[in-house]
Amino acid sequence: MTRIGLLMGATALVAAGAAYADGHSERGSDGQLNIIYWQAPSLLNPYLSGGTKELEAASLVLEPLARYDETGTMVPWLVDEIPTVANGGVSEDLTQITWTISEGIMWSDGTPLTAADAVFTWQYCTDPAGGCAQLSNYNGVSNVEAVDDSTIRITFDEPKPFPYGPFVGAQSPILQQAQFADCTGEAAPTCTEENFAPIGTGPFIVTDFKANDVATFEANENYRVASQPAFATVNFKGGGDAASAARSVLETGEFDYAWNLQVEPEILTQMEAAGQGEVVSAFGTSVERLMVNFTNPSADLGDERGTVAHPHPFLTDTAVTRALSLAIERNILVEAGYGAAGRPTCNVLPAPEVYASTNNDWCLEYNPDEANRLLDEAGWEMGDDGVRVKDGVRLSVLYQTSTNSVRQGTQALIKQMWEAIGVETELRNIDGSVFFGGDQSSPDTFQKFFADIEMYTNNFDGTDPEAYMGNWACSEIPSPDNLWLGNNMPRFCSEEYDAMVVEMSQTAALEDRAALAIAMNDMLMDAGAIIPLIHRGGVSARAASLEGVKMNEWDSELWNIAEWSRAE
Amino acid sequence: MFAFTIRRLLISIPTLLAISFIVFAILDLAPSDPTGNLPLTIPPEVRQQIRDSLGLDEPFPVRYALWLKQFFINEPLNLIEGWTGWQFGDGDRLRVTSWATRSPVVDLIIERLPQTLWVVGMSQVVAVIIAVPIGVISAYKQYSWFDQIGTFVSMVGFSIPTFFTGLVFIVFFSVQLQWFPSIYDTNHEVTDWDSFVFQIKQMIMPTMVLALATAAQLSRYMRASMLDNLQQDYVRTARSKGLTERVVVTIHVLRNSMIPVVTVIALNIPTIFGGAIITEQIFRVNGIGQLLIIGIQGADIPLVQTLTFIFAVLIVLFNLIADVLYGILDPRIRYE
Repeated sequence: MTRIGLLMGATALVAAGAAYADGHSERGSDGQLNIIYWQAPSLLNPYLSGGTKELEAASLVLEPLARYDETGTMVPWLVDEIPTVANGGVSEDLTQITWTISEGIMWSDGTPLTAADAVFTWQYCTDPAGGCAQLSNYNGVSNVEAVDDSTIRITFDEPKPFPYGPFVGAQSPILQQAQFADCTGEAAPTCTEENFAPIGTGPFIVTDFKANDVATFEANENYRVASQPAFATVNFKGGGDAASAARSVLETGEFDYAWNLQVEPEILTQMEAAGQGEVVSAFGTSVERLMVNFTNPSADLGDERGTVAHPHPFLTDTAVTRALSLAIERNILVEAGYGAAGRPTCNVLPAPEVYASTNNDWCLEYNPDEANRLLDEAGWEMGDDGVRVKDGVRLSVLYQTSTNSVRQGTQALIKQMWEAIGVETELRNIDGSVFFGGDQSSPDTFQKFFADIEMYTNNFDGTDPEAYMGNWACSEIPSPDNLWLGNNMPRFCSEEYDAMVVEMSQTAALEDRAALAIAMNDMLMDAGAIIPLIHRGGVSARAASLEGVKMNEWDSELWNIAEWSRAE
Repeated sequence: MFAFTIRRLLISIPTLLAISFIVFAILDLAPSDPTGNLPLTIPPEVRQQIRDSLGLDEPFPVRYALWLKQFFINEPLNLIEGWTGWQFGDGDRLRVTSWATRSPVVDLIIERLPQTLWVVGMSQVVAVIIAVPIGVISAYKQYSWFDQIGTFVSMVGFSIPTFFTGLVFIVFFSVQLQWFPSIYDTNHEVTDWDSFVFQIKQMIMPTMVLALATAAQLSRYMRASMLDNLQQDYVRTARSKGLTERVVVTIHVLRNSMIPVVTVIALNIPTIFGGAIITEQIFRVNGIGQLLIIGIQGADIPLVQTLTFIFAVLIVLFNLIADVLYGILDPRIRYE
């Protein structure tokens, strides 16, 4: 190489360095981003799937009017401001909300986003023949209209203190009317091409989609921020299992981002030591909890098993449920099964901050002596075989959950802890698609709950707990009459609680709503209907060279992918 | 022979119909729910609506009849249209549609066949290439050091499951040495030498994992069969005629010994199409095997029914082919 050549080379290097230094200001300058979701997306239309994997994959393309940031705060996304009563966006009587789309928002095909698209999206999802999975986001909406091209007015059939269901969060993004016009109702599932490659306003567009395998995206030339996204293409691979997905980011460095790494914590720590990337976690509202059956699940009752006609022989005794809770050492469960992805909790409603109760923190302290004392006091005497008995009833529980190695580990630990206080425990696990499936013919669903205790995780979308706390109203009790549909697994029923559910639906001020939610949470805890175990977070891994990741449990994890970039 | 083949083909029609009914019924009666894996935040009424939109509210015989029509009439017509460009009717036929992806099952299968055929098919070829010579030499030199090592290796191949060898390969070749990618790129296209080399690199681990397991099995069959034949009178005759050992072993003994081995190979071929569920998962080959397991996990019943039934067809077909091959390898076998 000549001297001039060397000089030129050096100049080029400096120039390249400078380009990096000013924050990758160019669209598509950082090459390919490799993301691995070990559960592969089946399609890219969140309205037809409802699964988290589809929702998150689609969030690269489809966007809502507003979404939640990593702290759970609502941020305007396709609008300039969030409508509130104060700024006149929400009507005084709480029945209308008006959104104004920001100027200059384009679909990736170059046409403008209009209010008509939002109206269409509402019609698309509420068509009864379509089987829309996100229907609950449009609950109570009586009309959506386009006041003008950029103004959307949503009317509710009754006052809605929290009107941010429709078009907020990754669950209810806006579809393009022009693309989906022929795909409503019964035609919805037949539009394979549209469902595999929706047109959106987001930072990326779909170039290729192989169902349950891999999706390829490229930067959207019409994206509203000229310098974003920094990545030119995204390779969104699926398949395999969580541990090997973690390995591909943390050990082999083949991928930049891996999602949902529910892997034994010590394995993740070991992989992280390779130095290729790091584990990131964030907490939302997911709680791994024990549901306590207040009804008698005995098979001898025939058709009436698990119904409110027959109370449980001992689990309605709060001394028993409190002792069961005190006898669990939650820190051990976290250490063994969750690591950075879990922390002990005593509330079924652990977040957002304002809604979290502190009145139940007694359960955080592992106290088997107190548990024993409570049981002794309540008349449960230790039998010869180490199992407590009262009036001929043995403290023996059947404890079921879904099949999953972390859950089985937790079950085994809790069995030990309970047997130490004289509660005989029988374990059972059921395949997830049966346990969580609503098959009427199966006796093993979590709704039928033909066991004494069952364990699973639940959460709610967004930040408003109204619908979630409504799960434990009397009307939500699953029974043969309502085909075992309903979310009140413990079969907890209290007039006082129901009154608070109604009150919450009529209360607008945040502080009052928070006070109500805390009171409801405490009531459930005091009754012993639910024994919360672990506040669970999402765990993902990012490559060391990937910048801009803000792990988010309130919305899609990929919510700010437009800002992601490659470090030098 | 021809009459035999025709008769067998005709018998296979009611067999397959019976199989299709059993497959359909078992999957249908099994407790599973396509909305079971959805987040719990989706309320039960919405789940019910999703189930209705999938056609689950129809009675069983109606759904079975519809599936038969879709599978035996609509799908073949569609394939023929795709291949020839002819048009039958208005071309607007109801196809077997997967519940999870809302796309035609046959398209999904066609999309995934290449990687499965490449990886699993290549592993069978490699397995035969490894197993036959090992089996022959092991038998010919029974109890020699070669035979001992061969026996040891095939026992290892037999007893160690592929999910273990797969992981060992990944830890060793991907994590430690960084030679091969641990994740198969299904979008990769071979266009030039470099991309061909990459294709070999990404195929090598899954192919070898599967080939080792299959070769272990095949070489044992081969050895046992060779040993049987080497004791036969016709071998002594051949030798006493003054034929060279080479001719005796490769022409006389090998041909006769191939009969049971050919059965094993022929019956292995449907499993090539079936993919390798575990190995495909480990290396993200995402072929037919992975499609099946995802279908089962997600209670995507039309997908599982169709795939299972295609496997049944292939197994029936290759059983027939194996029988026909007997006749070719051993002219004494005749089915008249």
